[in-house]
Amino acid sequence: MKIAISSQGPLPEDPFEKRFGRAPFFVIHDTETGSISSINNHQNLNALQGAGIQSAQNILNENVQVLITGHCGPKAWQLLSRAEIKVYCTEASSVKDALGLYLENKLKALDNADVESHWL
Amino acid sequence: MKLAVASGKGGTGKTTLALALAECLEHEDTFLLDCDVEEPNLHLFFSSPSVDNKVVSILCPSIDEKQCNACGLCKEYCQYNAIVIVKQKAIVFSDLCHGCGACTLICPQNAIQDYPHQIGRLEISKKNKLNLVQGKIDIGTPLAIPVIKAVKKSVPNNVPWLILDCPPGTSCSMIHSIDGADAVILVTEPTPFGLHDLKLAVATLRSFSSAYFGVVINRCNIGDERVKDYCNRESIPILLQIPESRKIAEAYAQGVSLLQAIPEYKPLMKTLLLSLKQKSGKTI
Repeated sequence: MKIAISSQGPLPEDPFEKRFGRAPFFVIHDTETGSISSINNHQNLNALQGAGIQSAQNILNENVQVLITGHCGPKAWQLLSRAEIKVYCTEASSVKDALGLYLENKLKALDNADVESHWL
Repeated sequence: MKLAVASGKGGTGKTTLALALAECLEHEDTFLLDCDVEEPNLHLFFSSPSVDNKVVSILCPSIDEKQCNACGLCKEYCQYNAIVIVKQKAIVFSDLCHGCGACTLICPQNAIQDYPHQIGRLEISKKNKLNLVQGKIDIGTPLAIPVIKAVKKSVPNNVPWLILDCPPGTSCSMIHSIDGADAVILVTEPTPFGLHDLKLAVATLRSFSSAYFGVVINRCNIGDERVKDYCNRESIPILLQIPESRKIAEAYAQGVSLLQAIPEYKPLMKTLLLSLKQKSGKTI
């Protein structure tokens, strides 16, 4: 199973990023192989609009099943839930800590977007 | 003759001045356009209800799922991040769409059709020979520009006088409002805020427009001399100065125009219009 974690850098030691759409990176952890990789999300960090859904697109392209982030808005939620990706929210300080909390079953899955759209 | 009344700072008197100028042209079949589509207010000075009402739409893509093969070209070409591909299907977020039409053009499968998506309205009012066209964007819609363009497009060709009440600031909506104007008036007040925003408005005008422009100083007897010094230094003509007046403010608050409150301003407004027409190179 692949897990994506919003991050300020490409490594597990990097600080965790609470924003989903504007996260600079997503660290991807594969629980089966134990491998760690990352996606550079800077294109969406600087986007005028639509950062949430385009970040969701990046996650979808990686075939992840779990997303750990700080918050999730309604448009991104619409896509992530449609793709059956489970979303967990936390305020961990590092990517490693966030992943640890998830693996220890200490995070609760979202059942809806937890923040409002920026436009409306 | 297209005359845009703009400013940097808000609340300097654009609407007051635009209306006063339009009212002294009453006999000339004038069009007054409220381009401040996020908060239009000129209708407050037109007592009768609007005579016509039109929907402003942009064209949004609708995807035929049977034709779409999820190639992703539409997503790639969308500059507004409005399309995503999920599970072999293209999904459009219409409230992010700016209606540019790139996706429809690029789709190799011809799977995209455009449909009109309402973003605002035009309200047309009349007062004697004066026509008011006011744009109003729908609540929650971030797209002011297409509504401003619709306001400007609604005017018949070769109208003798077109006066545009522009939105404040120096962003896209102001730039699109002044676009194509023969002359621009920048309304300001002699305060540090007025001067600061006037400088921005002048810089914007100089980079986006070749129209003749000058400054009107409203509430000219408050503040200091720095706006005047700046205009002199930059060789920007000061077209008119209007002193602070409780009478004007009280009238405005009741939906009464400057010329109704103080008819003595009429000759000054007329002189201003004629001089702008001359300076902008329009034949009288």
